[in-house]
Amino acid sequence: MKQEVLLRVNGRDEKLFLEDADTLLEALRDHLQLWSVREGCGVGACGTCTVLLDGRPVSACFILASRVKGREITTVEGLGKEGALHPVQEAFIEQRALQCGYCTPGFVLTVKALLEENPSPTRAAAAEYLEGNLCRCGCYPDILRAVEAAKEAKD
Amino acid sequence: MSKTKIVGQSVHRKDAARKVTGRILHVGNIEMPGLLQVAVLRSPYPHARIIGIQKSRAEAMEGVVLVLTGAEIAAMPDVDPYFGPAFKDQPILAIDRVLHVGDPVVAVVAVDRRRAEDALELIEVDYEPLPVVLDVLEAAKSGSPLVHQEFKPAGVFADLDHMEAGEKSNVCYHFKLRTGDVEAAFREADRIFEDTFTSPPAQHMPMEPHVTLVYLDEDEKVNVWTATQSPSFVRTQLSTTLGLPMNRIRVRVPYLGGGYGAKLYGKLEPLVALLALETRRPVRYALSREEEFQTITKHGAVARLKTAVKDGVITGRRCEVFFDTGAYADIGPRIVHKSGYTSAGPYRIPNVRIDSFCVYTNKPPAGAFRGFGVPQVIWAYESQMDIISRELDIDPVQFRMHHALEEGEPFATGTPVHSFGLKESLEQAAEAIEWSGPRPQNNATKVRGKGIASGVKAVLTPSISGAVVMMNSDGSVNVLSSTVEMGQGSDTVLAQIAAEELGVCFDQVHLVQPDTDVTPYDTITAGSRSTYHMGNAVRMASMKIKAQLFGVAARALEANLEDLVARDGRIFVSGSQESGMSMRDVFLAKFGSLGTTIIGEAIFEPRAIPTDPETGRSEKCTEYWFPSASAAEVEVDLETGQVKVVKFLSVGDTGTAINPRHCHQQLLGAAITQLGMTLFEEMVFEEGQLLNGSLLDYQIPSVKDLPEHFESILVEVPHETGPFGAKGVGETGTLTVSPAIANAIEDATGVRIRDLPITPEKILRGLAEKDPKPGRAEVPQ
Repeated sequence: MKQEVLLRVNGRDEKLFLEDADTLLEALRDHLQLWSVREGCGVGACGTCTVLLDGRPVSACFILASRVKGREITTVEGLGKEGALHPVQEAFIEQRALQCGYCTPGFVLTVKALLEENPSPTRAAAAEYLEGNLCRCGCYPDILRAVEAAKEAKD
Repeated sequence: MSKTKIVGQSVHRKDAARKVTGRILHVGNIEMPGLLQVAVLRSPYPHARIIGIQKSRAEAMEGVVLVLTGAEIAAMPDVDPYFGPAFKDQPILAIDRVLHVGDPVVAVVAVDRRRAEDALELIEVDYEPLPVVLDVLEAAKSGSPLVHQEFKPAGVFADLDHMEAGEKSNVCYHFKLRTGDVEAAFREADRIFEDTFTSPPAQHMPMEPHVTLVYLDEDEKVNVWTATQSPSFVRTQLSTTLGLPMNRIRVRVPYLGGGYGAKLYGKLEPLVALLALETRRPVRYALSREEEFQTITKHGAVARLKTAVKDGVITGRRCEVFFDTGAYADIGPRIVHKSGYTSAGPYRIPNVRIDSFCVYTNKPPAGAFRGFGVPQVIWAYESQMDIISRELDIDPVQFRMHHALEEGEPFATGTPVHSFGLKESLEQAAEAIEWSGPRPQNNATKVRGKGIASGVKAVLTPSISGAVVMMNSDGSVNVLSSTVEMGQGSDTVLAQIAAEELGVCFDQVHLVQPDTDVTPYDTITAGSRSTYHMGNAVRMASMKIKAQLFGVAARALEANLEDLVARDGRIFVSGSQESGMSMRDVFLAKFGSLGTTIIGEAIFEPRAIPTDPETGRSEKCTEYWFPSASAAEVEVDLETGQVKVVKFLSVGDTGTAINPRHCHQQLLGAAITQLGMTLFEEMVFEEGQLLNGSLLDYQIPSVKDLPEHFESILVEVPHETGPFGAKGVGETGTLTVSPAIANAIEDATGVRIRDLPITPEKILRGLAEKDPKPGRAEVPQ
């Protein structure tokens, strides 16, 4: 049974017709074509489908879309203003914190959330916060450097 | 060689901005009107006969377009129901038997994924369970249950010409190497060391699972968008499968969300192509993570080493390596051949006997995995190098240095080694870990130790890379290459090579993504071969363009050809103060018109001399070698058995680094994966059922697993025929991680682990065996 669901995504109200079982991941990809949100494991264990829900990172594959009505959802498509990149995105480029790039949107959002919660995390605190995002190319050293660079950009 | 301008610079990746914004194209993003989705019913049994399939209820379900079985595929005229790169042993869907848990049995095509999945529940399959063989050593014995009654070679690759048809055995390929007289070495030895080392099956785990989309265009051509590392092979495979000419199949590859060997050769493409042809609609199949575990794995392996030592020197070595290739050979035979011939190590050993076996079992198929079987054999020989040197009381680094091959010396195959920075890598690793420095400090419950390991892999030879380079009249350049950008940075490196050779800016070079209608043949994007092979092809094609440009410029500038240089988008006389000509001027002088193009094409195809089927010997078994060394310092908690890698150094001989920063990234990224393979990654099976087939249960390294000190060192021994002296680097960092850590653990605790992964339980058991104390905590078995 499809129902009308009102989602607030990247600052816009979106009216979608969804089935009860549709996950937030399905809503964002299949209905809004937000391709940065990608399924990696389907069980909320890899962080590849991370989006921000009221500013906090969550796994979109593991949340029903109908449960997040009206809450603020952010994907990397919603970052940056007027075509400019967000400082975290700049830091990822500058520090070469990506290879295949499949996990990158999830990492960028998680780092953004980290720095909003804790503007100056230690390396250990950053690692703790990023533990739920997996990168099989093994860019972790570069990602930690990107956190440092983004931190400094904010200072 | 004159100094390069762009080669050797750590320029930024071409695709970085598209990746941080999520705009990069993946197969999963492609939209198409009327696109259908697939779900596949898979076998619950490791080995069973299919008695019957009832699918009419699924077919009647609303939204279901097609339900297809293997028997129906087998009945299709012109369709070859079996595929595979080495042997044609894998059915598109199971025909009469299923050979592993997860073997595809019935495909459902529906208007969306959920409906396709729901329809699976309405299909009933009757099975008759058959005898199962799961253990690789059992499977290799005669009289064990047969996975395949017979096997026939696929006949696609030149280096697999020696595959033979066979029957009544699970050993589908046996590589033999015979050098000197190993039995005499054992008779005359002072000491003989015999050890067995094992590696479990494991997962590649690209964050993007396999995904394929197929549609027929207005010309009825079969169009394939697929996440593959081998577009040229996929086209050849589909041509055979579908009985269509190669020009009726178009394979395109956008950017891959990781590959690591998982996305090689045919995977989903034969099935999805058939489904699109049957439904006449666009069809996409995206694997779930759980299906990924059932689709392709890293080979589990058992390696037995017997080594003769006389007067402190290794005089002979016998290696028996059993690779568990699962239910379908995939590229297993090539792995068994290429890693098999390196399994005695990069050392001067006069008498060597190697037998390596590719063995079918009732497990999911195993294929290429970053390192291509070589980490499994290095795990064995580098662990044993330490066992021997400790036993003989010789410093492990000195022991390796003493045996390490030097420039021009023959490898065990008889092939002389060139551009072989093995000793340099070992020296650098030893220095970086302060090998001769003081022992690390212990405390009451935590002990530290250092370990080192070295090893080498040889690049797949022969193989072929074709490239077309096209310069436009504004000096911009398109490079047409079938090398797949899967994160390794090939777009960037190939653009650097083209820009350097053509004398244009890096930003002016654009890589056309693989498209078999447009980009020429390339064997595979794998095996650390693209920088060297495609790099050479791109460079040679660029030289042909440059020759044409120089011809025009020489006339216009009234200069000698050999005095001309191209740099920063201009051609001028070397040493002259004149500014020469822009590329635009050259094109105008040649064509009198703008918008014109000059094309250069080249095929780079280094040859090998096939290894002798009886002795494994060859004067040239490979085009180049890439040595690796790793050094580790570990801290082991004696109470919990937990291992912390405190310090890790990855050293690799990359040849001249085209992009040094990216070479470092390759070494460290590969090392992180292999840290997982060393300490915890393992697919655990019970009676053929996988017990940890999801990312909730199968752990891969996270950022928290990074060693505190984690660095890489490039040893740049230029290769004579590499593009600007470059070799490959994608796999180097995987090679020597596991034994370096195991050697450090023995240094710390005295416990020798021979079976990967090195879990806390194994360490506690080792500590208990070494020092049985009453009252020590119970050790889980």
